[in-house]
Amino acid sequence: MTKTFGDGMLEVEVITGRTLNQGATVEEKLTEEYFNAVNYAEINEEDFASLGLQEGDRVKVKTEFGEVVVFAKKGEVPKGVIFIPMGPYANMVTDPSTDGTGMPQFKGVKGTVEKTDENVLSVKELLEAI
Amino acid sequence: MAETVNVVCTFCGSVCDDGQFDTEKFKSKKLCKLGSSKFSEKERIKAPMVDGKEVSYEEAIEKAAEILVNAKKPLLYGWASTVNEAIRLGVILTEKVGGVYDQCASVCHAPGTLAVIEEGLPGGTLGAIKNRADVVVFWGANPMEAHPRHGMRYSISAKGLLIKDRKQRKVIVVDVRPTKTAKLADEFIQIKPGYDYPIISALRAIISGNADAVPDEVGGVSKEKLIELAETMKNAKYGAVLYGLGVTQSRGRDRNIENAVKLIQLLNRHTRWVIWPMRGHYNVVGAGEVPAWEVGYQYAIDFSRGYPRFSPAEFSAVEVLKRRDCDAALIISSDPVAHFPRAAVKHLKEIPVIQIDPFPNMTTLVANVVIPSAIAGIEAEGTAYRMDGIPLRVKKVVESKYWSDEQILERLLEKVEELKR
Repeated sequence: MTKTFGDGMLEVEVITGRTLNQGATVEEKLTEEYFNAVNYAEINEEDFASLGLQEGDRVKVKTEFGEVVVFAKKGEVPKGVIFIPMGPYANMVTDPSTDGTGMPQFKGVKGTVEKTDENVLSVKELLEAI
Repeated sequence: MAETVNVVCTFCGSVCDDGQFDTEKFKSKKLCKLGSSKFSEKERIKAPMVDGKEVSYEEAIEKAAEILVNAKKPLLYGWASTVNEAIRLGVILTEKVGGVYDQCASVCHAPGTLAVIEEGLPGGTLGAIKNRADVVVFWGANPMEAHPRHGMRYSISAKGLLIKDRKQRKVIVVDVRPTKTAKLADEFIQIKPGYDYPIISALRAIISGNADAVPDEVGGVSKEKLIELAETMKNAKYGAVLYGLGVTQSRGRDRNIENAVKLIQLLNRHTRWVIWPMRGHYNVVGAGEVPAWEVGYQYAIDFSRGYPRFSPAEFSAVEVLKRRDCDAALIISSDPVAHFPRAAVKHLKEIPVIQIDPFPNMTTLVANVVIPSAIAGIEAEGTAYRMDGIPLRVKKVVESKYWSDEQILERLLEKVEELKR
């Protein structure tokens, strides 16, 4: 299912969701703890290796709706799927169309992921970028 | 006065009613990581503010009232983390200013509400699930991270009247990834993202005797496995499907739930099954139920014509913001700037925003008027609906200089009425 492009870019489906740390810091959004709880993408181990990533590296996630730089983490997700905790980073790339329901598509958005040297923006910088 | 008091937790939809809280050390006992974070000291919005300048409550509320009255069509959004008494005033306020009422379920479990309108909801309380359910299916739900004590109190290791322990309860997790909840399950069925609908359809086909119409594999699950799951469901004495945002936020949305309700209806011809959403915020049920008993609808309600109209395609917060169809916003106990897609956040940066919240968040960064509030369940009392619709009284256990949401909205409503006179 996973397509690899020549330049170390992977085609993925982006999913988002809650995590314990995201929940525990959700009332402290302007702190370092919240920033660390939501600023990463979990990537399948094989995909992680094929992108040439090391723990602590950053990746750029792009979809039709935007792009965002986050930290890369190995995670228990299927090949070709990346998980970003719900929050401002994930929402840079989620699909705002609601199919008439009011509900954006927060899960299952097609996109790409690649290694990058660009910095992960702070919560405040992210807001400026919107 | 140092003491440990009993508290009802105001974090997630489980609304645990067995917490303890040391009011002097500001520390809780018995609650989970999420509850403990709720009942801990955090940075607060220090004082009411207008355009970044500290003002009195009266001045901030006056400015907020002006913004709302001068707007043609304000959006009043949030409501899931406050009490019913405040929500009630919020609905009245929205009607008075001819605005749009929408609430957090809009980006959470509202697709389930649409499914209920179509199909109804064969449901049961958490108590019934705890006492009776011998099969529990978590579908696209990960309570170990979103409702950490749910399993222990009601649905996994809970000790009930008829189902006495973990051994008597079969727990199945259907998800796209092996979540923390999946690790506790007797069985984990991994599906492909966005394939909930066809898998539910396949189960319906098998249970209604049409297994021959099901292909060898559906959404990453073998036909064999699907037949096994269908058999387990049919043979349950009392089964519960507890679904999460994995179903409501992915392809199919409301139609996924509608299909799942049909599956439950079918199962009820064989045995007893219930289906219920794992609601997120502690009173997101109230944010829907209160407007439902006041004006007939749960969310996405427009009052701009003077009477309530419900249309999620037009009046849900995300749609309103994307279309730039509101010229001011009041955001209460919520943070859409962090939780909405960027296309919706964009408009919030451009219009006057009033925020009512105990804590600074990303919405604070775009708000023109910021009104800090007391934390319900700690500094303010009121009624909340647990995820299964059971009303619980949350307590005030600590004195605070902050006004409660109810007080703020009461004064705001008075001011709006004065200005409209």
